[in-house]
Amino acid sequence: MAVARRNFDAVVVGAGGAGLRASLQLAEAGLSVAVLSKVFPTRSHTVAAQGGIGAALGNMGEDSWLWHMYDTVKGSDWLGDQDAIEFMVREAPKLVYELEHFGMPFDRNENGTVYQRPFGGHSQNFGERPVQRSCCAADRTGHAMLHTLYQRNVRARTQFFVEWMALDLVRDAKGEVLGVTALEMETGEVMVLHARATLFATGGAGRIFSSTTNAFICTGDGLGMAARVGIPLEDMEFWQFHPTGVAGAGVLITEGVRGEGGYLLNKGGERFMERYAPNLKDLASRDVVSRAMATEIKEGRGAGPHGDYLLLKLDHLGPEVIDKRLPGIREIAKKFADVDPVKDPIPVVPTVHYMMGGIPTNYRGEVVVPQGGDPEAVVPRFYAAGECACASVHGANRLGTNSLTDLLVFGKAAAESMIKFLQENPGHKDLPKDAAERTQARLARLDGQKNGESVAEVGMEIRRTMQAHCGVFRFPDMLAKGVKKIREIADRATRTQVKDKSRVFNTARVEALELDNLIEAARASMVSAEARRESRGAHDRADHHSRDDANWLKHTLWYKDGDRLEYKPVHMKPLTARSIEPKVRTY
Amino acid sequence: MRFRIFRYDPDKDEKPAMRDYEVALDPHDRMLLDALVRIKEQDDSLSLRRSCREGVCGSDAMNINGKNGLACVTKLSGLKEPVELRPLPGLPVIRDLIVDMTQFFKQYHSVKPYLINEDPPPEKERLQSPKEREELDGLYECILCACCSTSCPSFWWNPDKFVGPAGLLQAYRFIADSRDQATAERLDDLEDPYRLFRCHSIMNCVDACPKNLNPTRAIGKIKELMVKRSV
Repeated sequence: MAVARRNFDAVVVGAGGAGLRASLQLAEAGLSVAVLSKVFPTRSHTVAAQGGIGAALGNMGEDSWLWHMYDTVKGSDWLGDQDAIEFMVREAPKLVYELEHFGMPFDRNENGTVYQRPFGGHSQNFGERPVQRSCCAADRTGHAMLHTLYQRNVRARTQFFVEWMALDLVRDAKGEVLGVTALEMETGEVMVLHARATLFATGGAGRIFSSTTNAFICTGDGLGMAARVGIPLEDMEFWQFHPTGVAGAGVLITEGVRGEGGYLLNKGGERFMERYAPNLKDLASRDVVSRAMATEIKEGRGAGPHGDYLLLKLDHLGPEVIDKRLPGIREIAKKFADVDPVKDPIPVVPTVHYMMGGIPTNYRGEVVVPQGGDPEAVVPRFYAAGECACASVHGANRLGTNSLTDLLVFGKAAAESMIKFLQENPGHKDLPKDAAERTQARLARLDGQKNGESVAEVGMEIRRTMQAHCGVFRFPDMLAKGVKKIREIADRATRTQVKDKSRVFNTARVEALELDNLIEAARASMVSAEARRESRGAHDRADHHSRDDANWLKHTLWYKDGDRLEYKPVHMKPLTARSIEPKVRTY
Repeated sequence: MRFRIFRYDPDKDEKPAMRDYEVALDPHDRMLLDALVRIKEQDDSLSLRRSCREGVCGSDAMNINGKNGLACVTKLSGLKEPVELRPLPGLPVIRDLIVDMTQFFKQYHSVKPYLINEDPPPEKERLQSPKEREELDGLYECILCACCSTSCPSFWWNPDKFVGPAGLLQAYRFIADSRDQATAERLDDLEDPYRLFRCHSIMNCVDACPKNLNPTRAIGKIKELMVKRSV
């Protein structure tokens, strides 16, 4: 069957913070850009970010990009690439100012500058004391940022394809990426979007876990599409558990609560973080706080009738501070935990929040893969930015606020790389004849499937398995069983069936197509975690309790083809600064 | 728990119909969206939009027992049975609970919902006092869910001419911003019997807003500014 096609200079998949920052750059450069999004842009998951954007503006006291860089490298447990980290922290202030110029409603200080709050792992003078570095709009920073970027794209007349789901990457025989196939959800039509350059800004895959702060749409679509055309996924064993998800509901409570002076208590009313991180206490890195919480629960000091959560106390901040700085949190606590934090503490539990790994890129946003002895050969015409990408600035553990920084910096950097490439390489490359074949085969398989598996059931199995076998604490036998289980589930995922055959807005079909992506993200995570025999950042193994730089200071690469792993070196050399050598990580 | 849900698939149905569902809930199912996810497990053809499940993305607005709201922050415990669910009123239905929001977004886009300031930007941030910034509270938090505009009779009758509460709230969000320089232009654009003045302050929008925002007040402020500049 012939599939319609359209030509663009650039195709951007995803309209969250990274996609919108990139599309703005591309549209303002006068290029023809198509931005595809499964949801209306302001519904992308960036909207749920709360606490702030990390940038060393120094509005609240002395700060320096060198300190931000140090904190990020240490936060990453030395797995972050130091060139990419230097690039990010140096670009960050410029991009925050620019966002302010776009109209972002940042909170303000008396002197009119942007207000910044303290956040976990961010410090003055290389770890000495907390610093106020998080630029925020109350506890709705992601919402304010996403809407501001969307509004700026409206001004730039960016062309959006709203409720279009990208299904597969088009790659030719030479390995060059020539666009995507996509499904228009309203009509059920499939189209090839033929591009001279393609950017993935498809977000994370937090929906592979049952307890997650992530939205329903965070199904790792970019990861699945990349993996299916032979591109490896990097460092997928590193999943961030945010210390404060609402117990039972999973909804996020920003670290900004602790930044503003809130703290965690166990059932005895003890401020237990003092034992685990004597210096930064509740503002230690997220992996450290989440592990401390899991330990408290495991050792019987959890609160509540089943001893399975901890308490986040903030009533001492007073209603004025809470209503001014944390109004959204008060709303969430009332709705999802039935407590008013002005009076009572919020029951919280570590909850999956962020994927440090993703599609391997360099700090220019170009996708890189090992080829002919080069561990980082550029995949022509293919770019990635934001949570779906692994630059790697977050290494084994991301610092709070650095995700929004990442979206802005690498969204823009990737777009600038694309603009340069497009200037130097005029014209479209020919589409291969079979450009839509993979997609058509997937859709035909799904439509024709008889006696198949339920999408909801297989999805539930993925989430249960990841949660039970790949959690905060990881055990060798559980990981080994987890690999076996997830491979079995991957087999079941090839036989999913949907009853709904309608062409019009068939969300059952969309969920089945998402499952094809979820399973790749899950398999990559489990297999990579099972193989890494050390504890680093968010990856904590019961049989190898410490970090092992001699053997494991390296990035994992998982390939779908053969379900196999390779490794590549970490960039220890920054662009201009002095290298930050690994040392013991305490807070 | 019992539900009556509006169903319509233009691919096979001649006309819409209400369908009854009964679903067993888990103790963890707190919100209406949790129940809808369970119903979809039974009947995968039920179509709705949803994403963040915490009331911030604005996807799952629908008409719940006669009132517009977000399924993800509507507690099941407070709902009368059978819970009657319909698509947002006043917009064309694409399928089931999914409406075509083109007209709604067209109106939003029509107010130039972006900061206009033609001065060359300074090296750092533009300064804004906390008091000036406070003017934006209650305005910038809009999630574009359309609960307000689709509860407004003036928007039902003239969706192509009346900006509607959501769009007008955003128009005022930029008028109120100390950094914006286009107030005169924005007021000129709204000084029209339809675009602004179809609002008769019946305040359905205030009642419907799941974020507790007050579009009627913002509209009142725009009208005040118009009066002020005419004297």
